[in-house]
Amino acid sequence: MIEPIDILISFIKVIMAMMWFLILALYLTWLERKESAVMQDRVGANRANIFGFRIIGIFQPFADAIKMFFKEDFTPKFSHKFLHNLAPFLSFYFVLVTIATIPFAGDIKIGEKVIKLQVLDLNIGILFVLAMLSLSVYGVLLSGWASNSRWTLLGGLRGAAQLVSYEVALGLSLVGLVMVYPSLKFSAIVESQGALLFGFLPKWGIVLQPLGFIVFFLAAMAESERVPFDLPEAESEIVGYFTEYSGLKWGLYMFTDFMKVLIIACLLTTLFFGGYQVPWLAADGFHFPWGGEWLMSNGLVVALQVLIFNLKVFFFCWLQILIRWTYPRFRYDQLMDFGWKLLIPLCLINIAITGIVMSFIK
Amino acid sequence: MIKQIGFFIEIVKGSIITARHFWVNLFFHILKLFHIKTKRKGAATIQYPDVRQPIAYRHRSMHRLMKHKDGTPRCVVCMLCVTVCPSECIYVEAAEDPDPEIQKYPSQFIIDLTRCCFCGFCVEACPEDAIRMDTDEIELARYDKEELVFDLDKLLG
Ligand code: SF4
Ligand code: SF4
Repeated sequence: MIEPIDILISFIKVIMAMMWFLILALYLTWLERKESAVMQDRVGANRANIFGFRIIGIFQPFADAIKMFFKEDFTPKFSHKFLHNLAPFLSFYFVLVTIATIPFAGDIKIGEKVIKLQVLDLNIGILFVLAMLSLSVYGVLLSGWASNSRWTLLGGLRGAAQLVSYEVALGLSLVGLVMVYPSLKFSAIVESQGALLFGFLPKWGIVLQPLGFIVFFLAAMAESERVPFDLPEAESEIVGYFTEYSGLKWGLYMFTDFMKVLIIACLLTTLFFGGYQVPWLAADGFHFPWGGEWLMSNGLVVALQVLIFNLKVFFFCWLQILIRWTYPRFRYDQLMDFGWKLLIPLCLINIAITGIVMSFIK
Repeated sequence: MIKQIGFFIEIVKGSIITARHFWVNLFFHILKLFHIKTKRKGAATIQYPDVRQPIAYRHRSMHRLMKHKDGTPRCVVCMLCVTVCPSECIYVEAAEDPDPEIQKYPSQFIIDLTRCCFCGFCVEACPEDAIRMDTDEIELARYDKEELVFDLDKLLG
């Protein structure tokens, strides 16, 4: 029996998670522009203002959005209208739904009610996210095919080949992790990361699965289709799958890119960096390994967890943008070599090592 | 294999360099935010319309025609600038000058800046030093193309 209050809570959670996701993705465009500028000794976009207030260009994303809205939305005559229009929404949608499984913090207790700060605690969370990310490939394929132009077709083919081959590494790199924390459920994985190793080291994924982390990080970077893995888009010579898009639909693709960066940061945090876990912080406060204790109320603990989760996500966004603005692009054969000849063998080695170590410990 | 590891080290080094740039520049940006003056700046950017650099001495900007002391154009319609102009954007029409020493003066002198590439050949070619490109006017964007076609009156200033 579902009570109306539960429905209301779920509804609020959905709205909150979506707002968090979309607004942060919007501001990621700003972060990218600013970070690349600071890296390259420039200042970056700082002119957009409201009533003369610039505040280091903080309104730039809105200016960009307005520009995108008022641009002509052009669908070429030779394209397949319906599919051409559908494709960006497919990509966007499938990336958007992944946020539902990410746990933002531990449980809040309000009176009798215990509320999970997670929209949907699926017991196949990891598989769900991987499946949705693979489904967003269809947006790429469709846009490449439905635009009916050779550049988009090339981009779409490259995109499909790249995404499908890195999908394998992405999935396999998580097998070791699933073996260590025997669960596919995000909340369970994060909870087991709160435990301690040898009595002081937080039992985070990075500690137990360093190789898995590296492979997952690289494969996920490739999934987000940004430089140095941006062959499907190839912004610099516009041989990408969204060559024929303009205005808002193009903006949607761009936005999906940033959402992917964000979701990858979320996944890295949740799976390998302890999610919302603060070292030595349990549900009732800090328990230090050297014996100290610092008890806190539930609300404070949750606030701290949300904060730390956001900080970790922010760090990984920063790292991804740093990588995007540091390296040149792979050649196509190097890209495929890298995926099939390096990452996938590494995944298999990782699984083997994990299995051997676990069999010794058990 | 050794080579690959070498590449990998260089790749990591690269990102350390960019990260260092990021943090050092960010530090100076933050100092500036708190109005702390430092010799080093976080960015090499010049905030152009607000802050202007002096224009270099030998720059080429908007054309102008030189005048005699009595205000008539110095141009003698030798057509050298018209001939040398690679963009074919100068149009000169001659009229007879009452002074037999000079013979000709321009009744029309039109420079179509929409085509001009600011090569400065016209200035080099002119035997009378009648045309120069030293007005310091470099912001030549206009809303209307017609406004960029300069005739004799405008060029004489
Ligand atoms: S600057 Fe060059 S292109 Fe322009 S009018 Fe003179 S000769 Fe022609
Ligand atoms: S080269 Fe000098 S004198 Fe000759 S037509 Fe041009 S501006 Fe006049």
